Amino acid sequence: MNTATANYTAVCEIDDILPGTGVCALVEGRHVAVFRVGQSDFHAIDNVDPKSGASVLSRGLVGNLGDRLVVASPLYKNHFDLRTGECLEMPELSVATHGVRIEGQRVLVALGG
Amino acid sequence: MKIILIGHGMVGHKFLESLAATGIEHAQVTVLCEEPRAAYDRVHLSEFFSGRSAEALSLVEAGFFERTGFSLRLATRAASIDRRGNTVTTVDGQVLPYDKLVIAAGSNPFVPQVPGRDRAHCHVYRTIEDLEGMQLSGSKSQTGVVVGGGLLGLECAKALRDMGLQTHVVEFAPRLMAVQVDEAGGRVLQAKIEELGVQVHTGRNTLEITDGARGRHRMVFADGSHLEADMIVFSAGIRPRDELARQSQLAVGPRGGIAIDSTCRTSDPDIYAIGECAAWNEQTFGLVAPGYDMARVAARHIADDADASFVGADMSTKLKLMGVDVASIGDAHGRTAGSRSYQYLDERRQVYKKIVVSPDGQQLLGAVLIGDAAEYGTLLQMALNGIKLPAEPEFLILPSSDGKAQPGLGVDALPDSAQICSCNDVSKGRINAAVGEGACTIAEMKACTKAGATCGGCVPLVTQIMKLEMAKRGMAVNNHVCEHFPYSRQEIYHLVRVGDIRSFDELLARHGQGLGCDICKPVAASVFASCWNEFVLKKDLAALQDSNDYYLGNIQKDGSYSVVPRMPGGEVTPDGLIAVGQVAKKYGLYTKVTGGQRVDLFGARVEQLPLIWEELIAAGFESGHAYGKSLRTVKSCVGSTWCRYGVGDSVGLAVELENRYKGLRSPHKIKFGVSGCTRECAEAQGKDIGIIATDKGWNLYICGNGGMKPRHAELFATDLDKAQLIQLIDRVLMFYVRTADRLQRTSTWRENLEGGLDYLKDVLLHDSLGLNAELEAQMQHVADTYQCEWKTAVTDPAVRRRFRSFVNSDKADEHVVFVEERGQIRPARPEERVPAMAEGI
Repeated sequence: MNTATANYTAVCEIDDILPGTGVCALVEGRHVAVFRVGQSDFHAIDNVDPKSGASVLSRGLVGNLGDRLVVASPLYKNHFDLRTGECLEMPELSVATHGVRIEGQRVLVALGG
Repeated sequence: MKIILIGHGMVGHKFLESLAATGIEHAQVTVLCEEPRAAYDRVHLSEFFSGRSAEALSLVEAGFFERTGFSLRLATRAASIDRRGNTVTTVDGQVLPYDKLVIAAGSNPFVPQVPGRDRAHCHVYRTIEDLEGMQLSGSKSQTGVVVGGGLLGLECAKALRDMGLQTHVVEFAPRLMAVQVDEAGGRVLQAKIEELGVQVHTGRNTLEITDGARGRHRMVFADGSHLEADMIVFSAGIRPRDELARQSQLAVGPRGGIAIDSTCRTSDPDIYAIGECAAWNEQTFGLVAPGYDMARVAARHIADDADASFVGADMSTKLKLMGVDVASIGDAHGRTAGSRSYQYLDERRQVYKKIVVSPDGQQLLGAVLIGDAAEYGTLLQMALNGIKLPAEPEFLILPSSDGKAQPGLGVDALPDSAQICSCNDVSKGRINAAVGEGACTIAEMKACTKAGATCGGCVPLVTQIMKLEMAKRGMAVNNHVCEHFPYSRQEIYHLVRVGDIRSFDELLARHGQGLGCDICKPVAASVFASCWNEFVLKKDLAALQDSNDYYLGNIQKDGSYSVVPRMPGGEVTPDGLIAVGQVAKKYGLYTKVTGGQRVDLFGARVEQLPLIWEELIAAGFESGHAYGKSLRTVKSCVGSTWCRYGVGDSVGLAVELENRYKGLRSPHKIKFGVSGCTRECAEAQGKDIGIIATDKGWNLYICGNGGMKPRHAELFATDLDKAQLIQLIDRVLMFYVRTADRLQRTSTWRENLEGGLDYLKDVLLHDSLGLNAELEAQMQHVADTYQCEWKTAVTDPAVRRRFRSFVNSDKADEHVVFVEERGQIRPARPEERVPAMAEGI
C-alpha cells in the first residue's frame, strides 16, 4: 500500500502509550487499538472484539506466541495477530489492521493501512 | 465419478470432508442444500441466542469448496430420485445424473397433533431460520413454553431464558430426559433446572392450544390444568426424513428411517444414507457422533475401501444443560437381567450418581451422572473397554474422603484401540503416536490429532494418557507456565524471591525468552505483588496486568466495568450504604448484592471509574479487590453480638481478618467465612479459609471451595485464640501463595499436595521444614505495605490519565449500550443494540 496517499491522523504522543500496552483511538469514527510493543514498535488493529462486539482489544495483554506478535482479548482471551489482524483460535473472527507512523513524538494512524 | 449429496448439514459436510480426505480422484460432487446457507453447527445452535452469529456457527472452512472443486447449490431441494435412470430432479426442474447418491437429509422436528399448534408465535427449534423466528417472537413476549423435556428441549429452554423470558418446560413423560436418565436422576435434574428459574411441568399431556387470558396462548392439559404463555416452541423429538426414499421405493425401517447396511448402503447399491435419516439395524441415531461415523464409512466405501464399516454407536452422552452436568452411559436404566446398581444422592449439592454393574460385579454396564460428571471419562472407558472393576465399585462415584484417593482408571489398562475422543474418533494409540511425533501439550495434541477439540469432554483423559506416554518415553512432563519460561509458577516465585527480581524485563532477561504473553505476564505480576507488594499500576508493572487489575474493576461482557467497595465482614453503616446508593444513582449504575455480602455496582465506563472511586473514597470506602486474584471477601453471620445462638463475635473477627489480608495477591481468588456458631450461617466450610466459633475458641477449616467444583473445607486446628488463629492463617496462605500453580485454587492445591492434610499439618503446625517464621514475616510485610489501589490511582495524574475510552477524544464508547429491566440498566443484547444506538440512549 502506498503510504504517501493514505490519510494519516495524529492520535497521541508516544508517551501516552506505556511500553507493552495499547490505547484506543477514535479515527474517522472508527475505534482503533494502537499498541506499543517494547519501546518503539507500533501496531494498529480494530478495537472491537468480534466475538463479543465490545470495544476492548486495546485493553488486552500484548506478547508473542512463537513468531506472532499478539494481543489477547480481555474478554474471552482469543489472540489477534497485531501484524495481520488474524484471530489465531477462530480465523473467521479476524479484524482489520491499520497503518501507524511516528513523526517526532507523535503517533499517526491511517485506516486500512 | 459423479456423486450427488442430498443435504448439507453437519453429517453431510463431514461426508464431504471425509471424501476429500480419501484423496479420491476425478470425483464430481454436487451438493443439494435446501437451506439458504451452508452447513452449520447445530449442536451449538443455542449460542446463536447468546450472540454467536450464523457465520461463526458455520462448519465450512474458508476455501473448502474452491479447494476440493465440489459444487454446492444452496436453497436447492431435491424433489425426486429416478433410480432406473440414476438421476435426481430438483424442485426447479433440473435433472442431475449420478453414479453414487448419498442422502443426508437429516430429520424433521416432531410436532404432536395438538389443535392450535399452527397458531402464530408457535415454533419449532431446528434451523437458523427457526431461531430468527423465535427471536422475533421473543422480543414481543414475556413468557415462553418449550414442549419437550429431552435434550433439545432443555437446550431450547436455555435459549428462551437467555432471551429474558419467564420460561416453562412441559414434558409428557413423568420426568425430564426420560431416555437417558432414571427417575432419581430426573428429579435432581428437575430441581437443578428449576433453581435456574425454569419451571418444569412433567406428566402433562397437551390437549389443545387456545387464546389465553393473560398470555397469548393457553395450553390445556388432559388433567384439567392449564398454562399460559406468549410463545411456544415444540421440541418433542425428531422424525427421520425418509420421504424421498419412500417415493423411490427404497427400503425403510419399521419405525422410519432409510434402511442401510454396515457400509451405509441402502437397498439400492448406488445409494447411501447417513445421519439422522438413516436406520441401521432398525435403529435411528439422534446424535451427531454416529452420523459422523456413517459419513466417514460412506466416504471411504465410495472411495473403494471395502473395509469401511459402521458397527453401531455408543449412545453415551455428556453435556452441560444450563450449566448443569448431565451424563448417561450405556445401560443407564439397569435393564440388563441380574444387573446391580450403586447410587449416590447428595440433596444439598444436588448431585446424583449411579452405576450399573454386571451380575458378577466385574463389568460396568451403565451410569447416570447429574450435577457433577467429573467421572464421565473414566466410567465411559471402563464400560466401553470392559475393564475389570475394583472390588468396591461404589468408590468410583463416592466423594473422596480425606486421604483416600478415588480409584481412578489406570489409563495404562486401556487398550490402544480405546476410543478416547468420540467426536473426532481418536484412539489411545493415536494419542501415544502423537507424543512420539512431538505433541507434548494439550494445544499441540488438539492441533495434531483433533482429540478434545470439539466438545472437550475428553481433555482430562487425553492429558492423563499424554503424560503417561511422555513419562514412558522418559520425557520430562512439562509444567512450564508457557513458551516464554521453562519453569512452573512455583519455580518463578523462587527465582523472583531469591534473585530479588522486581521487573518483568529483568525476569525475562535472566530466565525467559521472547516478549511474554497473557499467561506469564499476570503470573509475574501476581508473584511480584506477593513478594514486594508494590503499586500494581506502577509504570513497570502496569503492562503486566490483566484488564481487571489494570482498571481495578471487573470487566463485563460489554466492556464496561463493575466496582465493588470493600465492606469488611459485610458490615456497613447506614451512611455508608446511602453513599454507595447515591454514587450508583448519580452514575446510573446497576446495583446488586453479591454472594459475598458486598454491593456490586455495574455498568461503569473506563473514564467514569476514577470519578466513581473518588466519591466512594470520600465516603470512607476503599477498593474491594473484587477484580483481582486476591482476597475477595470475608463473609460473616451476625454472631454473638445479635444472634441468640452465637458463641463468638464473628463480625468482629471477620472485619479484622479482612483488613489484615486485603490486597494479598495469590494464585487464585481467595474467600473467607466466619461463623459465630456451628449453625454455620456464613457457610465457612465452603471457603478457602473457614472459621467457626465454639465455646472453647475458634476452629479453623482450610481449602474449601464453592463455585464450579465444590469441596468441603477440612478441619485444620481447633480451640484457637485469635492470635493463634491469625498466625496459622498467615502460614497457610503464604505457603499456598508460594507453592501453588497458576490459577490453582486452594482446593486443588490441597488435593495435589503429596502427603495431603497430614503433610500440611507437619509443615505448618509442627514446623517440620523450619519455614514458619519466614512465612509469618512475609505476610506481615504484605499487611504492612497495604495501600488502597483506587486511592493511589486517582491521586497519581499519570495513572489517572490512562482511564479514558479514547486516547484522542473525551467521547464515551458508543458500544456500551444499556436498556432498562426491572427498573435498572442491563447491557443491550446484540439485537437491541442497533436500534438503541440509533436512538442514542
